[in-house]
Amino acid sequence: MSDTPLKTTPLTDAHRAAGARMVEFGGYDMPVQYADGVLKEHLWTRSHCGLFDVSHMGPSFLRLKTLSGDAKADHAAICALLESIVCGDLRGLKRGQLRYTLLLNQQGGIIDDLMVGRPVGDSRQGTLQIIVNAGTKEGDFARIAAAAGDAAELVRADDRGLIAVQGPEAAAVTAAIIPEAADLSFMTLTPAEYEGERVIISRSGYTGEDGYEILVRPGSARKLWDRLLQDERARPIGLGARDSLRLEAGLPLYGHDLDETISPVEANLEFAISKRRREVEDFPGAARALGELAGKLGRRRVGLRVLEGAPAREGAEIVDRDGAVVGKVTSGGFSPSLGAPIAMGYVPPALAEPGAALGVIVRGKRQAAEVTAMPFVPHRYHRKPA
Amino acid sequence: MRFTKDHEWVEADGDVATLGITAYAAEQLGDVVFIELPSVGKSLKAGDAFAVVESVKAASDVYAPISGDVVEVNAELPDAPETVNAMPEKDGWFAKVKLSNPAELDALMDRAAYEQFLSTL
Repeated sequence: MSDTPLKTTPLTDAHRAAGARMVEFGGYDMPVQYADGVLKEHLWTRSHCGLFDVSHMGPSFLRLKTLSGDAKADHAAICALLESIVCGDLRGLKRGQLRYTLLLNQQGGIIDDLMVGRPVGDSRQGTLQIIVNAGTKEGDFARIAAAAGDAAELVRADDRGLIAVQGPEAAAVTAAIIPEAADLSFMTLTPAEYEGERVIISRSGYTGEDGYEILVRPGSARKLWDRLLQDERARPIGLGARDSLRLEAGLPLYGHDLDETISPVEANLEFAISKRRREVEDFPGAARALGELAGKLGRRRVGLRVLEGAPAREGAEIVDRDGAVVGKVTSGGFSPSLGAPIAMGYVPPALAEPGAALGVIVRGKRQAAEVTAMPFVPHRYHRKPA
Repeated sequence: MRFTKDHEWVEADGDVATLGITAYAAEQLGDVVFIELPSVGKSLKAGDAFAVVESVKAASDVYAPISGDVVEVNAELPDAPETVNAMPEKDGWFAKVKLSNPAELDALMDRAAYEQFLSTL
C-alpha cells in the first residue's frame, strides 16, 4: 500500500453526497456502488439509463506541432505517429469517427486497450483524441509521447470530467440536454455545447447498451452530472455494476482479461487489427499475430456459462473433461441479467468452440461449465442504418 | 442473541444454537446471489469458515461464532439467497449447531456491545 493520497475526480463530492460507497480504483477515490446496490444498479442500466463517472480514465489529445494546412495530410501525419505503436487503421478514420484499438509491445502483447477519435472540425485536423485506461495511463502517455517525438505533443485532459450515460433511455435523457446526441451513431463523436461550455460527446460505452461518453471541463462536470440526474430515468451507477455490465457484454477489462503477455488474437480481439495494418504487417508483433491467425495459436479468450454452483471468479482454474487444468478464469461473477454465473478465461483453441464442455474449480470443487459465444447479453448499440 | 466482530450472530436454545450473519453484514455485502452451506454432521470449531455468501461483486466466508456439530441447515436459503438481505437475523439463518462448548458464548458480544462496536467502524 502506498501513502499517496487518492486522486479525486470533478464528481467525487457528488458521489459522497449521494451516499456512495467509495473504493480505491486506479489510484482514484471512486464510487463502487450507491444506495441501490450493484444488482439494482445493473438492472436499472439495462432497462433505463445509468450515469457513470469515468473521469479516472485518461483522455488526451495528440496534436501535430506544425500544421501544413492540408487537413488530409495533417491527419495522415498524426496517425503515422500513433500507428507505430497500435494495430488499428487510424488514417482510415473519417472525421468524427471513433475506433477501439490496442497499444502493443514489440512482442505483440497488449499494453492497453484504448479509444482513438478523429476530430470533426477543420481547425482540429492533425489532432487525435485518445482515451486510455486509468491504471495504465502514466505508462501509456509516456509511450505515446515517445512515439510522437518532436513532431507532436500529447496534451493530457485527465483533469476533466468524463461521464458515461448508458442504457436504452440514454439517448432520450442525453438529447434533452445536448441535442447533438440524437444525430450520432455508434462509434462517432462530435463537439457540442452545454451551457456555453464546449463538450465532446461520443456514442460509445462499456456496457453493451446504447449510450454516450461526454468529456466536459472540470468546472462544468458537476453541473452536467446533476442536470442529467434531474431526469428520473437516470440514476448514478458505481464501478461494481460497471464491471458486471461489461462482463455480460463480453468486453475485456485491462489488467484482468488482457495483459502484456496476451496478443490481440489470443484475446479474441482480432477485429481490432485493421485490414490495412494486417496487409502491410506494420504493427508491433505483426509476425506473431499473423502466425496466430494462420493457426499457430496457444490460447483463446472465451466466454463460459457456469452451469452449476457458485460464481467462478478471477483466478479459478478451468479444467477439461478429464480434470486436467487447461486455463484460468480472468473475470467472472454473477450475471444479474441472466440470473446465473458467467465468466471469461483463456483455454486452448481446441476447447474454445461454443458448446465445449469444461469445468471450473471453485473452492476445490469441480463445477460444470460450457463455452458460450459472447456477448452473454446482446449488444444494443445504435448503429447507422446501412 | 450474541455477536462476533466478523458480524455473525448466534442464538442458543438449550444446547442447540442458530447461526447467521448480522443486518450490518448483509447490508455491507449487498444483494446476496449465492450461498454455500455446510453439510449436516460437519464439526465446526469456533472461527472456522463454515459457509460462503456471494454478492454480484465478491465471495465472503462466514465464520462459526462457536464450536459444535451442524444438526440442521436452512435448506431454503440456497434457492432464495435474497432472504439474507430481507431478514438476516431471522428467516435468513444459516445453520443450527449442537454446542460442544457453551461457555464460548460468554466471550461473545451482546446486542449493546455489538452496537457499540459498530459505532466504532
